[in-house]
This record gives sequence, structure tokens and C-alpha cells, in this order.
Amino acid sequence: MNISLLTWGPDGWLDQMAMGALMTIAVALAAYALGIVIGSGLAAMKLSRSLILKGIAEVYTTVIRGIPELLVIYLVFFGGGAALRAIASGMFGYEGYIDPPLFVTGMVCIGVSAGAYSAEVIRGAVQAIPKGQIEAAIAVGMSKAQRFWRILVPQVARFALPGLGNVWQFTLKDTSLISVIGLVEIMRQAAIAAGSTREPFTFYLVAAILYLGLTSFSNRGFNWAETWANKGVRRA
Amino acid sequence: MDFTAFARYGPELASGLPLTLLLVGQSLALGFVLAMLIALMRLSTNPLLSSFAYGFVYVFRSTPLLVQIFLIYYGSGQFRPFLQDIGLWVFFRDAWFCAVLALTLNTGAYTSEIIRGGIQSVPFGQLEAGRAVGMAPLQLFYRITFPIAIRQALPAYGNEIILMVKASSLASTITILEITGIAKKIIAATFQPVEIFIIAGAFYLSLNFVITQGIRYAEYRLSPKSPEARARAEERRQRAVLAR
Repeated sequence: MNISLLTWGPDGWLDQMAMGALMTIAVALAAYALGIVIGSGLAAMKLSRSLILKGIAEVYTTVIRGIPELLVIYLVFFGGGAALRAIASGMFGYEGYIDPPLFVTGMVCIGVSAGAYSAEVIRGAVQAIPKGQIEAAIAVGMSKAQRFWRILVPQVARFALPGLGNVWQFTLKDTSLISVIGLVEIMRQAAIAAGSTREPFTFYLVAAILYLGLTSFSNRGFNWAETWANKGVRRA
Repeated sequence: MDFTAFARYGPELASGLPLTLLLVGQSLALGFVLAMLIALMRLSTNPLLSSFAYGFVYVFRSTPLLVQIFLIYYGSGQFRPFLQDIGLWVFFRDAWFCAVLALTLNTGAYTSEIIRGGIQSVPFGQLEAGRAVGMAPLQLFYRITFPIAIRQALPAYGNEIILMVKASSLASTITILEITGIAKKIIAATFQPVEIFIIAGAFYLSLNFVITQGIRYAEYRLSPKSPEARARAEERRQRAVLAR
């Protein structure tokens, strides 16, 4: 193992690996945000009275949770490119080759699966709110929007926090799969470095350490957030 | 959509199914043995054993499986002369061995936590009763602790099996042509991503459906059959249906 490869600057790879880590964080955050939006929508559908909406949400979560993320990535990467080309030639008469934007593809693929997992978490959190609170809110004359923002959202956020922490860990680790389509995040950067230095072990070890650091760090963040969110809660 | 694609590529994709099954089966079997060991180490009173088990689980759960696979398959190349000297290179140059090793270590870490939870859920009174009738520690383990722990851990282990089926797709990144590997090959050659995705996805979904049903059956077989227990199980099932 050649330690001088792990320095900052033109001769070392540490600065490139750090950039990769930033890209990983960016994709993970974007996918996570998308996942929570999708998850909230799915949770609302699952809790609605419409059988059709319920059915759609159920099929979505079953399919996405049962199919490998890698397969979804290939679908969106190759299928997205074909769709973009069809739009470009149909609407703008452009016949050249278009690759789907890698960042967006990654965000969508990982976000779609994060959505399926967070849907269950959010649904459980909504159901954990005692019905009496909603009745009380109606009794004091709150509007629907007020009930949503003042009663539901703050408590759902608190109840869902541990589960959403797990989803974040999944999301962060799943971003490594985006490397197969070429987005330069930690894994891809490690592969590039491994290829040009012929030290694959060194760089995949660095990658592993980076992921370990990111998960440990964010774990702490979630623990802190849980303490913060629960500080006003009475406990026996 | 091109419906002829289903007939044309279905058989080719189906040929990856045995490989997926073998990969998952081998890793689960080896991983379960490893998980038992790790769980017992984690629960032992020896601080060295218990902290080793904690570290193992922590590292494998905090890093992506893809890193673990690449570290073993590509990373071992960096130590090729050394591995050749000690005669281990024949294993590490083999993608199948590396894939099974990575999946085994990974599922071993996750499963050990599931087993640990199961073991810790065994009511103390049961062990006390076992001791009172004079069971030896080993007897106590395989007659009381193990059966109860497995029953408790079964639903969570069912999830782990499904996660492993999904995880086995990562073996395609190190040249193994299981379902996802074949799917990628066909998609890249034909540019029919939607059709191929539907076929390959259907294979995974049916596999997971069979596993879910199998786990449910095992749960039924392992659960107590007294009338009261059955009534309770029935009530639980009703509630689960309503909650859906």
C-alpha cells in the first residue's frame, strides 16, 4: 500500500475522493428529499378511503421493495435516454444522441426506492396520532389546513424520525449503485483511482472508510434530532 | 410495447434464475452459521468477543454491499503475489467465490442482530424452568433458547431473505450473469429496457412472493397450536388485514 497516493494535491487522490464524497452527499440528500415527498404522497394514498388510490400505493410499494435497485437503475438509465431522444426528435427535431443526466437519473432511482420505504414509516407515524387530538382540533374550530400543519405534521415528524433515520442509511448506501452508470461519486472515484494506480484495495478501503464516516456522522445527527424533537415529551 | 420481446428474451432471462437461487441459497446458509456465531459472541460476557462482534456488525452494516464486493474481488488483486504464495489466490480470482463471501459476511452481520433480538426475547422464566428440571447449558440452548428465539426472529429473517434476493443482483457487477446481469446485457444490446425490466422484475417478484408465503407457512408451523393461541393468532391476522 502506497501511502503517498493518499495525499491532498496533484500527486495524491485524497482531494478527488473528497469531491466524490461531496457528490455522494448531494445525490443522497436529493434522493432522500424526493423519497420523503413520494413517501408522504403514498402514505396519504394508503390512508385514503379510495380503493383505487390504496391499490396503486400498495402495488408501488410491493413492486419497488421486491425488485433490485440495480434493475431500476438500468431501466431509468436506458429507458430515460430513449424517452429523452424521442422527445427531442419529436418536439424539437433534434436527431443527435442524448444521454440522460446522470445526477437526475441517480436521484430518481434512489428516491423512488426511498419513497417506498418511507411510505410505510410515515403511514405508521400518522396512525400513531391519537384520534382525540384531531377531534379536539375540530372542536376548537381549526380548519383542515390548520389541523394538518399544527397537529399532524409536527407529531408525524417526531414519530417518523427513527424510521426515517433508517431510510436515510439505506439511501446513503444505495447511492453507491449509481456508480455503475458513471456518476462520479465515492465508488466511481475509487474505481478510477484504483484503475490508474493499480491499488484497488487501498482505494476501496478509503471508500469504505468514507461511507463508514458518513453513516456514523449522520447517525449521530439523527440521534441528536430525536433528543431534540422529544425534549418536550413527558416520560414516565 | 413489443410483446414479442417477452417470448424472445424470457427464456434467456430465466436461465439466470438458477444462478440467483444458488447465490442466495449458499450465502444464506453460510451466513446463518456465521450469524449464530456472531450473535453468541455478541451476547457472551467476554468483553473481547463481544466487542469484536459489535465491530464486525457495525462495519458491515455501515458500508454499502458494493464496496464490500469490490474490496474482496478487486481489492484482493493488490495482494496477488502474497495470496499466490499461501495458495489462496485460486479462491479470490474466482468471482463466484468473492460474491458468495461478500454476501455471506453481509447477511451474517444483519442476521446476527436479528438472532440476538430473538435470543434476548426468550423469557427468563423459561430458562429458569429449564435449569430447575436439571437441563445442561447445551440442552437449555437447543431445547429452550433456540426454538423460541427462531420463532421470534422469523418475520425479521423473512425480510432479510428478501433483501438478500435483491442484494444478489450486485453480483452482476463482478461478471456473474444472474438475472440482473443477463437483463443488463440484453438491455444494452437491444435497447428495450421496459420489456426486459418487466420480465426480470416479474422473476424477482414471484421469487419474493414464494419466499413470503414460505415464511408465513413456517411461522404457522412453529407457532403454538392450542385453541387459545390459535384464536390470538387469528385475531392478529385479522388486524393485519384491516391495517393494510
